[in-house]
Amino acid sequence: MLQYAQNRVHGIQDLERKLNEFGYRVGIRALELIMWREKNVRRETRVINMLYFINSTVWKALFGRVADSLERSTENEDEYMISDNEPAVGKYISVPRELSQLNCGAFLAGIVEAVLDGCQFPSRVTAHSVPIEGYPLRTTILVKFDREVMEREERLK
Amino acid sequence: MSYYFVIVGTKDNPVYEAELGVPVGRSDAQLGKRHLNQFVAHSSLDVIEEMMWSTNALYLKTVDRYNDKTVSGYVTPSNVKLLLIHENKADDGVKNFLTECHELYIKVLLSPFYEPNMPIRSVAFDNKIRMAARRYL
Repeated sequence: MLQYAQNRVHGIQDLERKLNEFGYRVGIRALELIMWREKNVRRETRVINMLYFINSTVWKALFGRVADSLERSTENEDEYMISDNEPAVGKYISVPRELSQLNCGAFLAGIVEAVLDGCQFPSRVTAHSVPIEGYPLRTTILVKFDREVMEREERLK
Repeated sequence: MSYYFVIVGTKDNPVYEAELGVPVGRSDAQLGKRHLNQFVAHSSLDVIEEMMWSTNALYLKTVDRYNDKTVSGYVTPSNVKLLLIHENKADDGVKNFLTECHELYIKVLLSPFYEPNMPIRSVAFDNKIRMAARRYL
């Protein structure tokens, strides 16, 4: 899949955008299916529940385990971070030196964005690699919700 | 008893519609009222949009009434709306029917050749919906 994308793009940003699109296609379908398989089928209307659903249920369905952390950004109220120490998508991909900026987490970001979008939480989702001791592949997915989502959240409180 | 079922996509576009349980030799008077169903369904979308944030259940029960017709709504996790216009009271049959339709919709959605919000033209899907209607309504 990566090779397919790489042969059709110019530059890293383009490649990440492509991966993002692939992820989006997966996410929008995954949402419906995973929700259907849940014990009580429901719609998420609140931001925290939604993120928690992604963090645990979606991750478990896609990669067999829960993502490693879910935290709220200290600087901005509308930013949340989901981190995975060893994302399954990057595990067996060796990134050539000239593409060292590339992060295959872009695919994950696409999935997360689609799930949020599907539940009516429009947002901007980006992936960043944040290597820490012992986990060189650690990837953080940064979710920045649109203003209207935060306004609605205020109303629903 | 006649029913009108419609699936509305995330961009408020019609995805699928069907008239169910209409007798074959129907009168012209009935024929003339068919477009009314579309108006009723359309006007109930606003009500659904308001209601969907107050609960996180998928099935919204009766959302709107128009003369003798009742509109039942169902919203899937990815915000696709299933509407059924019927004349009798909303009961378990309606709920079961909409749940069944949701499952059928998921099966269509999982096809890689189907993009979200695309009209569903599959004959098999149509048949299954009609079968579900016969079973539950």
